[in-house]
Amino acid sequence: MDFNFNREHEIVQKVMREFAEKEIKPIAAEIDRTGRFPRESLDKMARYHMMGIPIPTEYGGAGGDDLAYIIAVEELSKVCATTGIILSTHTSLVCWPILEYGTEEQKKKYLIPLAKGEKLGAFALTEPNAGTDAAAQQTRAVLKGNNYILNGTKVFVTNGGEADLYIIFAVTDREKRHRGISAFLVEKDTPGFSIGKIEDKMGIRGSSTAELILRDCVVPKENLLGEEGQGFKIAMATLDGGRIGVAAQALGIAEGALEETIKYVKDRKQFGRPLAKFQGLQWIIADMHVEIEAAKLLVYKAAYNKMKGLPYNKEAAMAKLFASKTAMKVTTQCVQLHGGYGYIKDYPVERMMRDAKITEIYEGTNQVQQMVIASNILK
Amino acid sequence: MKIIVCIKQVPDTAKVKIDKVTGTLMREQVPSIINPDDKHALEEALRIKDRHKDVKVIAISMGPPQAEVALIEAIAKGADEAYLLTDKVFAGSDTYATAKVLAAGIKYIGDYDLIFCGRQAIDGDTAHVGPQLAERLGIPQITYVKELEIDGKQVIAKRALEDGYFVIKANMPVLLTAIKELNRPRYPSIKGIYEGCKGDRIHILTAKDLNLDENTVGLKASPTHVSRTFAPTIDKRELEFLEGTPREQVRHLIVRLKEEKII
Repeated sequence: MDFNFNREHEIVQKVMREFAEKEIKPIAAEIDRTGRFPRESLDKMARYHMMGIPIPTEYGGAGGDDLAYIIAVEELSKVCATTGIILSTHTSLVCWPILEYGTEEQKKKYLIPLAKGEKLGAFALTEPNAGTDAAAQQTRAVLKGNNYILNGTKVFVTNGGEADLYIIFAVTDREKRHRGISAFLVEKDTPGFSIGKIEDKMGIRGSSTAELILRDCVVPKENLLGEEGQGFKIAMATLDGGRIGVAAQALGIAEGALEETIKYVKDRKQFGRPLAKFQGLQWIIADMHVEIEAAKLLVYKAAYNKMKGLPYNKEAAMAKLFASKTAMKVTTQCVQLHGGYGYIKDYPVERMMRDAKITEIYEGTNQVQQMVIASNILK
Repeated sequence: MKIIVCIKQVPDTAKVKIDKVTGTLMREQVPSIINPDDKHALEEALRIKDRHKDVKVIAISMGPPQAEVALIEAIAKGADEAYLLTDKVFAGSDTYATAKVLAAGIKYIGDYDLIFCGRQAIDGDTAHVGPQLAERLGIPQITYVKELEIDGKQVIAKRALEDGYFVIKANMPVLLTAIKELNRPRYPSIKGIYEGCKGDRIHILTAKDLNLDENTVGLKASPTHVSRTFAPTIDKRELEFLEGTPREQVRHLIVRLKEEKII
């Protein structure tokens, strides 16, 4: 058993840390305040092959692996959770399913520009009445000649409005329930495709969360991803990987908040000595460190299993469940340790606490993760 | 065009802590990095490669086996090949012995047009190796380069001075030392890290490969001796603010200087 990174992972971590500190951290507070999508960060990430880390080089990727990609999401999220989720959505929810289920033509046409970072991807499963109950899809796709005609509304689409390519799920056979759902690759300027409301969120405010409106949206037949009726399976398998990304994002948020807090408690003096000298606060910091380390092991284990071709459905759910709870708990305590200064926007822990909450909700609420874990162990 | 870039792996001195009892550097847990000035040297070579056709960039380093990581990073940034000069007999080399080993490595590679070095390393701060290397190779050198143009087989460099700069033209081959004003270094790319880690573009050379006699390198062949390393204690001097109009302040200053028998 070996708990050490190999050399590639060590270097990736070092490079991502420096990149995040110098290129991402300086704009994190601004994009949170203004809700501006950080397009310039994506251009920089594309230059250094960060937009397709686990994708093979022949499809435009970096030729890395899942653990390197997870390290990247973690390091970015330490300073900016917005940037972490843009990368996680793009890589796990869009590049991966095309690599896994796409035809050679689809990979050439769509995966290469996505993995190179020339194009951005988004994933549209959730609907106003199909959240956790994802099989209750109401969006319809009807085959007419060489095209599928899509009608319906998708909500909470991360990277929505900013992305060039959307993976959209729709019902092709109502009778078959979840076996009647199919996945489609839809370009942003497809006739009948439009962006609706852009959500005003509590956290990850630099990321875009949009509604998609499909009105007789004409999708060429060759843009069906996988086979007809395979959509639900594709969605579930894709979300398993996406959860490791969100878990890494949550882990990064917790680590970032603790780093900021350690600096603060060493510096801030009350009763004539730094806060770090008070035993009551030391205990809180020790506990936070332990929980972060435990989350880290779960996250890396899930990434390792995926990388090695081992089952990771339960591992991803456990990592996401525990890391997101840790992020929420740690950021809340970090705000507490900052006192009044933790509640104002001059210190980043205020933003981090708002950013942490979504990790308990998206890519399957934590209650869904518990269902997945229980179904695995009660088999 | 063939460009050789000398790089050194150094401890990140920004993260080094000093043992309060012994006064020595605590090197454990300190991350190793490419020396900052060397990053500017490498960047300039890579920019030449970006702008011109048929440019090959080769990174070279003398150091322990783990210095290979610095060369992987150089490849991940875009260097074509790298050479690691590593041998137990090189240990303890001062700048004189280091320049000797590097010169042997560069002669082994051969056929170069430009050699880039960083101005100086953050661990030793000598700024000796670049100039000594040029002397050993018998080629011209331009130190403290803050701007560079390539014109055929010539370079036109701005050499920084404290209060201005020289514009210097030289024929290739020439050795240049880079300062931080020269450019903004790029990051290693993730794809490049994986390519570099394969190791097939990194060549390892020992004293034997370079035909270096072990008595002419390393600690034994180093005329410089470090007698002690210590953290200087800073004595806190008294500070006095002189107030009033400039005329009053000057008058007050003269009085004080006379009192202290300085003037």
